[in-house]
Amino acid sequence: MSTKNWPLWEIFIRSKNGLEHRHSGSLHAADAEMALENARDVYTRRNEGVSIWVVESKNITASNPENNGEMFEPAQDKVYRHPTFYDLPDEVKHM
Amino acid sequence: MSEEQIKNLEEQFEARIARDEKIEPKDWMPEKYRQTHIRQMSQHAHSEIVGMLPEGNWITRAPSLRRKVALLAKVQDEAGHGLYLYSATETLGISRDEMYEQLHTGKAKYSSIFNYPTVTWADMGAIGWLVDGAAIINQVPLCNTSYGPYARAMIRVCKEESFHQRQGYEIMIKLANGTPEQKEMAQDALNRWWWPSLMMLGPTDAESIHTEQSMKWKLKRKSNDDLRQQFIDQTVPQADLIGLTIPDPDLKWNEERGSYDFGEIDWDEFWQVVKGHGPMNKERMKARVGAWEEGEWVRDAAMAHAEKKQNRKEKEAV
Ligand SMILES: [Fe+2]
Ligand SMILES: [Fe+2]
Repeated sequence: MSTKNWPLWEIFIRSKNGLEHRHSGSLHAADAEMALENARDVYTRRNEGVSIWVVESKNITASNPENNGEMFEPAQDKVYRHPTFYDLPDEVKHM
Repeated sequence: MSEEQIKNLEEQFEARIARDEKIEPKDWMPEKYRQTHIRQMSQHAHSEIVGMLPEGNWITRAPSLRRKVALLAKVQDEAGHGLYLYSATETLGISRDEMYEQLHTGKAKYSSIFNYPTVTWADMGAIGWLVDGAAIINQVPLCNTSYGPYARAMIRVCKEESFHQRQGYEIMIKLANGTPEQKEMAQDALNRWWWPSLMMLGPTDAESIHTEQSMKWKLKRKSNDDLRQQFIDQTVPQADLIGLTIPDPDLKWNEERGSYDFGEIDWDEFWQVVKGHGPMNKERMKARVGAWEEGEWVRDAAMAHAEKKQNRKEKEAV
């Protein structure tokens, strides 16, 4: 039996310059270098990317959906953060 | 949590799915949802991985460079599909090692179609055309399934599948238009793969369990029999077009239904293969377990190398 399993890595790919890196999935690799090589083969076989980030999964801190209320609800009643909240006469252009 | 609370959560959960919301890994989910998904997704992953074996058999003997690069790329895609699906399944809290263990001990199943042998080059054509064709019909509805990571993996998979089917059909076209021996080879492959491909779409509706639950969770959108009919209706004209004959004397266009009627499927054969008595079950498992065991030293060496590099880096940093 193997003594240690290859850790899990999260893969982020920029599909072309000008766009952000996006999460593509994950994979196992012994280290970051191998994670990059494996990500190339697993997630970019058809020119899906021009840049890859790999992050060991255990280093990601994620919010808990159970706390989504306190986390995200405060933004819901802040309508004044949106342009439509403000009353302007129809004659005003370009605003 | 009290029973009352769980029931409440379950109702909210089902309502979310009914509203077409996706479920993501950290969301609360009923234990049955988790287990059903682990089972279906890991079996799907296993099928992609074991599915490489029958075709891998012909890579070195492909008749031309064009065929060879195509087959190699296809088999590599199947490895990719397995990997997307394994990592999507891991988000449900099962480790990769546990899944391999289940496959290698026979606890987890994989698609029975891969327990048939690939005896001639024409089998590469028949597999791409029919087996990938049936797989596409099974998989397209899953692009909309309720579990986010599964749906995303399936979108990727479906995008890649269409080349698989086309390269298979192209092989069949070439053989069907070739010498009499080549045409016979194509016909023979169709004869052997037709019925197992129909079985791939699953037991008849009357015998299929947990369909209702799967429909609710969008693991299924159409019944097995409907999918099978769809497969037959789309494939028969493709066989006609290249002058091959579907090996079913009862196959007949039914004007009224706007579909083909077809003959009885030998479900005894299907269950025999599922239970492990297909022509290649033992062989496939032997190859798979062998690859895993023989690769162990490589996995260990890579880990040792990574640790050594890490240690050296840390020392240099001091
Ligand atoms: Fe596949
Ligand atoms: Fe495929």
